[in-house]
Formats: sequence, structure tokens, C-alpha cells
Amino acid sequence: MTTVGVLQFGGSNCDRDVAKAIRNLDADAEPRLVWYKDSLEGCDAVVLPGGFSYGDYLRAGAIASQAPVMDEVREMADAGKPVLGICNGAQILCEAGVVGGAYTDNRSAKFQCEPTHLRVESTDTPFTRRYTEGEVVEVPIAHAEGRYVAGDLDALESSGRALFRYVDEDGEPSEEVNPNGSDGNLAGVRGDRANVAAMMPHPERRCDPLLGGEDGRRVFEGMVEAAAE
Amino acid sequence: MSYTARVRVSLKEGVLDPEAKTIERSLDRLGFEVDGLRTTEEYEFTVDADGEDAARNDVEEMCERLLANPVIHDYTVEVESR
Repeated sequence: MTTVGVLQFGGSNCDRDVAKAIRNLDADAEPRLVWYKDSLEGCDAVVLPGGFSYGDYLRAGAIASQAPVMDEVREMADAGKPVLGICNGAQILCEAGVVGGAYTDNRSAKFQCEPTHLRVESTDTPFTRRYTEGEVVEVPIAHAEGRYVAGDLDALESSGRALFRYVDEDGEPSEEVNPNGSDGNLAGVRGDRANVAAMMPHPERRCDPLLGGEDGRRVFEGMVEAAAE
Repeated sequence: MSYTARVRVSLKEGVLDPEAKTIERSLDRLGFEVDGLRTTEEYEFTVDADGEDAARNDVEEMCERLLANPVIHDYTVEVESR
């Protein structure tokens, strides 16, 4: 049995959605909701879900990134266990320095909740191994501070750390389909290690046909599969 | 020794500041023409340290680790004895 920790901070609000997505996989895996004051011990993988931890005070994810439980997240990352940050979880991983770059205000200066098309850029990670390179999937975003600033975009691209890119239905990236002004249209990136990733779109919201599609499901399938190896 | 610290955090030159652009457009609607508006977060607090240099070092570490994000921000630090 693979146990996937779903880390809850005050203000996390996608934790149960992620847990449900994992529970509904056709896999020998179960989610475990873990409050930030508790331990991730015994978890084979961890998801930092979306939400508004600490009210987005200071910067989205900045306060949560300093929580002691983040040391356990770092240890899991170093041990090669899958670590995935979604939306606010992505912001927390970047603020903690577990994944490079930073997130800041959308180009629109508004909260945006809308479907986006993503192109899979690399299948070399637990989260993308079940996709094919160049495949276009539809997964929604819901954020105000989702503009990814890479720091060194060339280094990121040349080292293959791009995972998902905002594109049109035909898989072409452009300014028009870049919802928030992210560097390189980047919607998801991995850390120095392939087992750590941050993405702003919400795959857990595309894991059931009733919710508009299942394009996000394979993110969790791949994660659970890799965690069991 | 007790010091008053003032930290100003702003986006690095070249990093788009959508809040500033929105404020500029709003001023424009009021008939004011301004250019190059930037937003800055200011934090003011008291620190205890053995001398001004030590206080400044402490506050700079606070900036590096929490108050600013070095990927996107520049910051300035002022300390003065109380």
C-alpha cells in the first residue's frame, strides 16, 4: 500500500479534493491528510495542495514555507520520494527553495479561474510519466499569484526542468494563451531532482468526468506508481 | 541596544509590477499623468543587537530568508538607534 501524504496548512482548501483524486485511482494507494503540526513519517509521497495558507500574508506561500514540517518535505525530496506542489503548494515549494524560481501577481492583477491547455514538455518525472511528450491536456487554473518568474529561464530550459507549458488547443505557446504572464509560458516545473515538481494548474479538478474531464488523473497515477517503486 | 529597522521591498527592475500599472491607469483616469510608478512594501520594527552593524546584519538575514524573495525582489535596510 502506497501512502500519499496531503499536507494541510491553515487555509489549505484543495486538500480533500487531492485526497479524493488519490482515493479514486485504480491503484493500491491511499491518501493521508497530515496537519502541518504532525509528521509525514511513513508517507511514500507528499502533495502540498492549493488554497490560501496564512491568508497569503507577506507573499503567497511565504509563511507556510517556514513551517518546521517543511524540513520533512525536504528530506522526502532528498530521499527521492515524489513531492508535488499544486497552486498554493507550488508557491510554498518555491518560497522554501525546494523548487527554483518564484511566483508573483498575475499580469492581469486579478484572480483568474479558468480552463487552460497545457503541453507536456517532459515525461521524465513521476508526475508526467503517464503522458506522452508534446501531448496537450486541459486542466484549470485558479490563482492570483501564478506568474512564474524563473530567475534563469535559459538554465531551466536547457536542463529540461519544464514540465507543462500553457498553449492553445493545437499545442502552440503564445502570449495570448499565457494566462498570467509566466516566463516561457511555464505552468509546471520540476526541481533539480525529477521527483520534485511545482505546478499552478489543478490536476485534482480534472480527475472525474463529472467535473469536466480526467486529464489530470495521470499526474497522480504516475506519482503513486513511482512512489511504489 | 535597541534599533528601529525599516525595510523596503520592491520588485526588481524588469519584473512586471501589475499593481503599479493598475494604479497608473487609475491616476490617468483622474487626469494625472505619471510614469514609472512602482509599489513598495515597507516593514518597520524594533530589534535588539550589539551595535548597528549587528542589527543591520540581522535585518538583512530576515530579508534574505523571509521578508523578500531574492528571485524577484530588491530590498533596502535602514537601522537607527532608538
